[in-house]
Amino acid sequence: MSSTPRASDAAAVQMPLIEARDLRVAFQMQRGVFQAIRGVSFSLGQEKLAIVGESGSGKSTVGRAIMRLNPPSAIVTAERLAFKDVDLLSASRKELRRLRGRHISMIMQDPKYSLNPVATVGEQIAEAYRTHHKVSNREARERALTMLEAVQIRSPKRVYDLYPHQVSGGMGQRIMIAMMLISDPEVLIADEPTSALDVTVRLQILAILDDMVKERGLGMIFISHDLNLVRSFCDRVIIMYAGRIVETVAAADLDNVQHPYSRGLLNSLPRLDQKRDRLPVIQRDDSWLEAV
Amino acid sequence: MGRFFKRNKIKRAAQSLASVLVTLLLLVTLTFFLGQVMPVDVVSRLVGPDADQATYQATYERLGLDQPIIVQFGIYISRMLQGDFGTALLTGHQVLDDIVRVFPATIELGTLALLIGAGIGVPLGVLAAVQRNRPADHIIRVVTLLGHSVPIFWIGLMGLLLFYSYLGWVGGGGRVEIYYDGLVETRTGLLLVDSLLAGDTEVFWSAVRHIILPATVLGYASMASLCRLTRSFMIDQLSQEYVTAARVKGVSEWNVIWHHAFRNIRVQLLTVIALTYGSMLEGAVLIETIFAWPGFGQYLTNNLLLGDMNAIMVCVLLVGVIFITLNMLADLLYKIFDPRTVQ
Repeated sequence: MSSTPRASDAAAVQMPLIEARDLRVAFQMQRGVFQAIRGVSFSLGQEKLAIVGESGSGKSTVGRAIMRLNPPSAIVTAERLAFKDVDLLSASRKELRRLRGRHISMIMQDPKYSLNPVATVGEQIAEAYRTHHKVSNREARERALTMLEAVQIRSPKRVYDLYPHQVSGGMGQRIMIAMMLISDPEVLIADEPTSALDVTVRLQILAILDDMVKERGLGMIFISHDLNLVRSFCDRVIIMYAGRIVETVAAADLDNVQHPYSRGLLNSLPRLDQKRDRLPVIQRDDSWLEAV
Repeated sequence: MGRFFKRNKIKRAAQSLASVLVTLLLLVTLTFFLGQVMPVDVVSRLVGPDADQATYQATYERLGLDQPIIVQFGIYISRMLQGDFGTALLTGHQVLDDIVRVFPATIELGTLALLIGAGIGVPLGVLAAVQRNRPADHIIRVVTLLGHSVPIFWIGLMGLLLFYSYLGWVGGGGRVEIYYDGLVETRTGLLLVDSLLAGDTEVFWSAVRHIILPATVLGYASMASLCRLTRSFMIDQLSQEYVTAARVKGVSEWNVIWHHAFRNIRVQLLTVIALTYGSMLEGAVLIETIFAWPGFGQYLTNNLLLGDMNAIMVCVLLVGVIFITLNMLADLLYKIFDPRTVQ
C-alpha cells in the first residue's frame, strides 16, 4: 500500500496533488448496488503513477471518480478524495468545472470517439483554452496553434481546420493531448491513451506525452493494462483487482511483486527471449477478493 | 467547405434534375393507370342519374373516354406538357387555378403548426433527455403521450368547444370572420402576410384568431413526435465519449448540451422535421375539415370522393413535388451541418 501521509504530519509543502483514502464507487443497478471500487487509497505527487489491472478491475472508474465524471448512477464515497486542499467530494458543480481542464485533465482512450465529429479540431482545442481564460477568439486560436506545434504536428494551420474524421488515430491522440494540456493542468489522467493506436504510433505518442509531463512538472496517473509499457514509462505501479489495490510497487521492482495475482499477470505476458507454447492463465483465488 | 470541380457540379445538378423528372413521370403514369381501375363513373356523376343515353354518350365522348387508355394517356401527357392540366369537375375552374387558391391556406397553417411543433418539441425533447428519468422527463412523457395517442379531431373539437364556444378567445371555422372575407387583395395567398401588406390590421388580427387554434392543435401532434425523437437522439449523443471529453475540459453543461451534443443531432432532426412538414403540407384533412379550413387537404379529399382524375393527378403531382423539394433542401442542409457528408 502506498504511504498515505496522515493529516497531522503532512507538511504543507509535501501536500500530494491527489489524495484518495478509502475511495469507494458503487453503481445503482436495477436490482441492488454493484460495488465497483471497494476501498482504494493512494496519493499522487509529481510523478508518473500507473494503475494496471485487467478489464473490469476498476482502473478507469478510479480515474473518472477523480474527475467526478462517473455516470449519474454512480455513488462515490471516500474518507478523503482531494486535489491538493480541495475536497473533490464536497466541491460544487461550479468548483468542479473550474478544476476540470484547468487543474486536472484527462486524456481518453480513442480519439475517434472522444473528439466531436462535427467541430474542427482547432475549434475544440481553442475551446479548452477559452473555457478557462477570457481571451479573444484570435488569441485562443494562436494558443491552439502553438499547442499543435508542441505536440509535433508539422502544419498546425492546416490541421486546425480539419475535422476529426480527416485525421489519423495517431494525430487524433496528439490533438487530444494538445486539447487536454492547453490550460496547463497540474494533474493528468491518461486513460489507456495508446491502446487504440498502432504499435508503431504508440511510441511516438508516449514520447510526446513523456516530454510534456516532464516539461510541465505534471503529476500523471497512467491507466493501462500493458505491463511492459508501464515498467519503462512510469515511476510507481498500482495493481488493481476487482475494485481493490492488491499491490503497489516501484516500476523498477515490477518483477519482484509478491501478490499471486500480480505474479499471474506478469507470467501471462508473452516473451521474445523464451519459447512458449501456450500462455499460462491466471488461476484465480476467491481470497483475493477479500481485504489486503 | 467542399471544393468541387465546376464541371462536376454541373454534372451533378443535371443528374439530380433528371432523376426528379423521371420520378415525377413515374408518379404521373402510376396515378393515371390507378385512376383507370377506380370504381367511379365520372360521367354519371356529371350528367346526373336521370340523364338519357344520348347525353351520357355525348359526355362520354367529350371526355375522350371512348379512346383506348394508352391514347388517353398520351393526350393527357401532351396537354400536361403544354401546361394544360384540365378543368376540375367540382369547381369548373382550371385545376391549377384551384391549387393556387387552396394551397397557400395549407402552407400557412402547416408552416405555423411546424413552427409551434418544432419550436416547442425540440427544446422539450432536449430537456427530457438531460433530465432523463427525473420528474421533468416524466411530465414531458405524459404530455407528449397524449399528443401521440389522443385522436387529433377530438383535440380539435374540444379546443373549439373550450376556446371558441365557452371562452371566446379564438375565432371559429374558416380563415377569417366571414365579413372580412375577400377584403384584402391576394398577393401571396397567405392571409397573414397579405393583410399586413395591405396594412389592414383588423383583418390580420381576425386571421390570427382563426389560425391559432388549428395551428396549435396540428402543431401539438407533431410536437409530440418531434419531442420523443429529439429525446432519443440526444440521449444517444449524451452518452458519447466526446461529451465526456468536453466535460473534462471544464465546459459548462449548457455548452455541453447545445454546443456539443445538439450539434450532432441536427442532421437527424432535420430529416424528421422535413418529413413532418411534408405530411402537413400534404394536407391535414381532419383539421381542415373540423376548422372549415379551405385548404389542400379538403380539396384533395373532395376530389378523391368524386373521382375527378384531372384534379387528383395535379394533387398527387404536387405532393410529389413537395416531398422532392423538401428532400433536396434537407440534402443541401446536411452538407452545411455535417462535415462528414462533404466528400
